[in-house]
Order: sequence, then structure tokens, then C-alpha cells
Amino acid sequence: MIEVQHLTRYYGSKVAISDVTFSVAKGEILGFLGPNAAGKTTTMRILTCYMPATSGTARIAGYDVFNDSMEVRKRIGYLPENPPLYPEMTVESFLDFVAKIKGVASRERKKSVDRVLDMCHINDVRKTIIGKLSKGYRQRVGLAQALIHDPEVLILDEPTIGLDPKQIIEVRKLIKTLQDNHTVILSTHILPEVSQTCTRVVIINEGKVVAEDTPENLTQRLRGSEKIFVEIGGPAEAIEEKLSSIDGVIKVTKEKVYNGDKVAYVVESKRDVDIRCDLSRLIVQNGWGLYEMRPIGVSLEEVFLRLTTKEEEVEFS
Amino acid sequence: MKNYLAILERELKSYFVSPMAYIVIALFVLISGIFFYVIVSNFVEYSFRVMMQAQYYRMAPPKLNVNLMAIRPMLHNMSVFALFWLPLLTMRLFAEEKKMGTIELIYTSPLTSLQIILGKFSASLVVFAAMLILTFVYQVILFFYGNPELNPILAGYLGLFLLGATYLAFGVFFSSLTDNQIIAAVTTFAIILCFWALGWLSDFVGPGLKTILSSISVIEHFNDFSKGIIDTKHIIYYLSFIFFGIFLTHLSLESNKWRQ
Repeated sequence: MIEVQHLTRYYGSKVAISDVTFSVAKGEILGFLGPNAAGKTTTMRILTCYMPATSGTARIAGYDVFNDSMEVRKRIGYLPENPPLYPEMTVESFLDFVAKIKGVASRERKKSVDRVLDMCHINDVRKTIIGKLSKGYRQRVGLAQALIHDPEVLILDEPTIGLDPKQIIEVRKLIKTLQDNHTVILSTHILPEVSQTCTRVVIINEGKVVAEDTPENLTQRLRGSEKIFVEIGGPAEAIEEKLSSIDGVIKVTKEKVYNGDKVAYVVESKRDVDIRCDLSRLIVQNGWGLYEMRPIGVSLEEVFLRLTTKEEEVEFS
Repeated sequence: MKNYLAILERELKSYFVSPMAYIVIALFVLISGIFFYVIVSNFVEYSFRVMMQAQYYRMAPPKLNVNLMAIRPMLHNMSVFALFWLPLLTMRLFAEEKKMGTIELIYTSPLTSLQIILGKFSASLVVFAAMLILTFVYQVILFFYGNPELNPILAGYLGLFLLGATYLAFGVFFSSLTDNQIIAAVTTFAIILCFWALGWLSDFVGPGLKTILSSISVIEHFNDFSKGIIDTKHIIYYLSFIFFGIFLTHLSLESNKWRQ
């Protein structure tokens, strides 16, 4: 659906993005992840035909963004970083205007407006002047504007910024429901958003793509060892000694000592060894109490930080 | 066409839901009204004096032409006010959208540059037409107390409309160059004033240059209209200026899409 090849854009002599290549299949939700000023907005602006690339090509639904920009623009819905809203208009008349310029047939217009008002939960403010809305509402009106002509491709620049936690969950849910008939690119620097909504992630830093994979694979690839958190009731010294003697265990760290004889440990083992069976057997055989046992995964935050701050240490094929 | 109308409608709404259009129109009409009052009072006083003189010398009172002595100076005054007022109408057209970021919506929608420009330009033209129509009330008043000729007045208003449209076309262009409304207004004003001043300059140069300068000057072409003469030469001058302004705006919009 979206093919981006060797996209480069200069602002004067400063390079904003260089040699960005990725593709998005129909029905995918691609998370575009990167610190501020990494080139996320620039890439999105090129994809939406707002500005041209210095070199490289981008195609959406088979149309080149530079040569067939009119066809591309008919097929995309775009929510820029600052929602493009006219403060003097009411929500309803604004959406009606957007429907007009996006080419929604006049018969369908009323229906389209009602549909997006419902989808984005802004029916209660349909007659309100946009200038009087709160940030959360404005953001949702911006999203409604991008959805009004039911575009094949949605490009959302930080769609959940400025929303409260409940609204964030609603918007993420909404984006997930769009997956069936839409292709979505969303940029963000909020990591849980990516792991919750996206099927694939492109991490971009200083204008270059540093990683591209599913959120699960990314965390998997970076995990050096398995870590397990256990809380055990029993004599601390004996426990520590026995834990270290399990096959495959690299390191045992005491996390916390509770009142009485309850101790928490983090047990690190080799990457492809699952020690959980041995661990639980050991505890039961010794007659200790097992209060908690859970694996600790590498979070996407860690992946992200490692990729964007010390990328030279991590090798990706 | 549908897209053009959508832009036009939105721009008109935006002029009229804020106090902007009302204030600009009302003050234009007010200032024109004050000048109208002064000019007509002068004319009345003058004609009264001339009549007294004629009686004193026992001559037939001379016929004074209200078209030439009151309406024409009035039209000229209005052409000057328009120079001050119209940049205020056009300054926001692109600059405001750039500042607010709504330009991203406009540029990423399936609209051609021409639809955007013409929609915005026509909206400002409608507001200007409203200003002119309201000042026409003053001319109507003259018909109650004298017998001015209608046709020269209409010709004068046609000239004013074309002159104003020229200002607006340039205003739209300068608004498309910046995201700062003040800069847009000031440059529009200054550039039009330069074209205006070319006419004065033509008095101090050789005959060859004089012809060129006075034919470029925006105001020279208005003189005939204010006398009641509709000459295609002048109409073509204004129309080509308007096209030129729109063409420059078109270039300015399209240049955003040029590869560097």
C-alpha cells in the first residue's frame, strides 16, 4: 500500500531524513517511532504531498506522491502534529467543509459527518465553536477530519498527544478498529502506544531508519538473557546458594528483603534456557514458600533507548 | 468548481463570523461618508457663491457639473482609501492559515492551487464589492437634490472595482509569501504605492520614459473611469494586472512543491 524508497530531504544544507526506506502492507498499522526532531514529521509531510522529497520516491496505493499527487491526496487522511482547525467555525460546519474539499459527494456529506462525530465521540460538541474546545476535543476533531472521506491510508502524527488517559485508550481502540479497511501510519514517541496498537514498528533516529520489525521481535532480538523475578519465603542464605546451583543460571541478585523470612530475587539465566520448572521444584522440595514468580521482559523503552542512544553497539542485519 | 465554491464559502464565513469584515466595511463607509460630506458641502458653498456673483453682474448663472466637481473627487478619494484598506482584507488569506497550520489541511486535500487562490481572491472581492455598494448610497442621495448623470458614476464605480481587484490580487500574492499578516499587509501597501508613485515620477522624466511610467502606474488608468469614460485599454490594463497577481500567487504556491 505504501512504498517508500531512499527518501531524502534537505532543509538548506541540513539533512532532515536520509535514505529512508520502508513499506507498509494493506491493513497494517505501522508505528513510526523516534525522538523529537528525528524526521518523523518530515517523512509524513512528504507522504501526504505537503512537501516534496529532495530525492527518493514514495508511492501510496500505486501512485507516486510527486507525480500523481492529486490521486494520492484523494486517498489519504492526514492528522498533522497540530490539528488543522479553523477556530471560528463550529465542529459540524468545519467537518462539512473538509468533506467538501475532500470530494465527498453532497448526498453523502451529512452521513459522513455524523459517522465521524460518532466514531471520535464528539457528538456532544457538534455545534460548539472549535476555538472554545479543550485540547482533547480539538485533537479528536482533528482525527475526525482525517477520517471524514473514509480514506484508504491514514497518516497520523502523534494522534494521542494532549488526550487524557481515558481518551488515549479510546483513540487507540479506534485506531485498532480501523485496521480492517485502512492502512495506518502513526508517529509517536510514546512507547506503550506502539506495543499496544501497532503491528509493525519503524524506529527512526537522526533522519535514518535504525530498526524495522514487529514490537515483539524487536524486544526479543535485544534480550541478552532471560530474567525471572521470584519471591520466596525461607532462609535467605540457603535459598541464594541453591538458586545459583540451578543449571543455566548466570546470576542471582537479591532485590528486597521483607520482614520475617521473605526475600525477593532476580534470577538471570542463559537466553534459551527456561529454568522455571527447576526453580519451582527446588522451592517445593525444600519446603519454602513461593509467593511470586514472573518473567521480566525487556521493554520497548529499553529497545528504543538502546537503539537511539547507543546504536553503534547494537547490530541489526 | 465545487472546490472553488467550498473555499469561497469558507473564506466568506470567516470574514463575517468575526468582527473583521464588519469593522473594515463600516469604517470604510464612515470615512467615505465624511469625505463625501466635506466635498458636497464645498460644492454647495461654491455653487452658491457663483450664483451670487452671477446675480451681481446680472449674468445667467453658469451650469456647474456635479459629476465633475463632487463625484469625481469623491471617487479619487475612495481609490486612496482602498489602498489603505484592501491590504487588511487580503493579509490573512494565506498568512493566517500558515500560522495556524491549517494550510497543511488545504495543501494535502485534493484541491488545485488555482481553486484555492481563486476561492480566496473572490471572497475578498465580495467584501470589497459590499464596501462599494454601501458607498453608492451617497451617490443616490445626490439624485434627490440635484440631477447628476448616472452613467459616469457607474463607469467610476467600475473603475474603482477594477482598481480594488488589482490591489486584492497583489494582496493575495504577498499573503502567500509569509506567515506574518503584518508583513503581508505592509508589503502589499508599499508595492502598490510604488506603482502609484510611478505616475508622479513620470512628470520628471523624458518623453519616452514618461509614456512607459504613466502606462504602468495604477492610478493613471483610473482617471478616465472617474471622468465617466470606459476605455478597453484601461480595462485590459487592470485585468492583466489581476491575472499577473494571481499568476504570481500560483507560482508561489506551486514553488512549495518544487524539489530543491
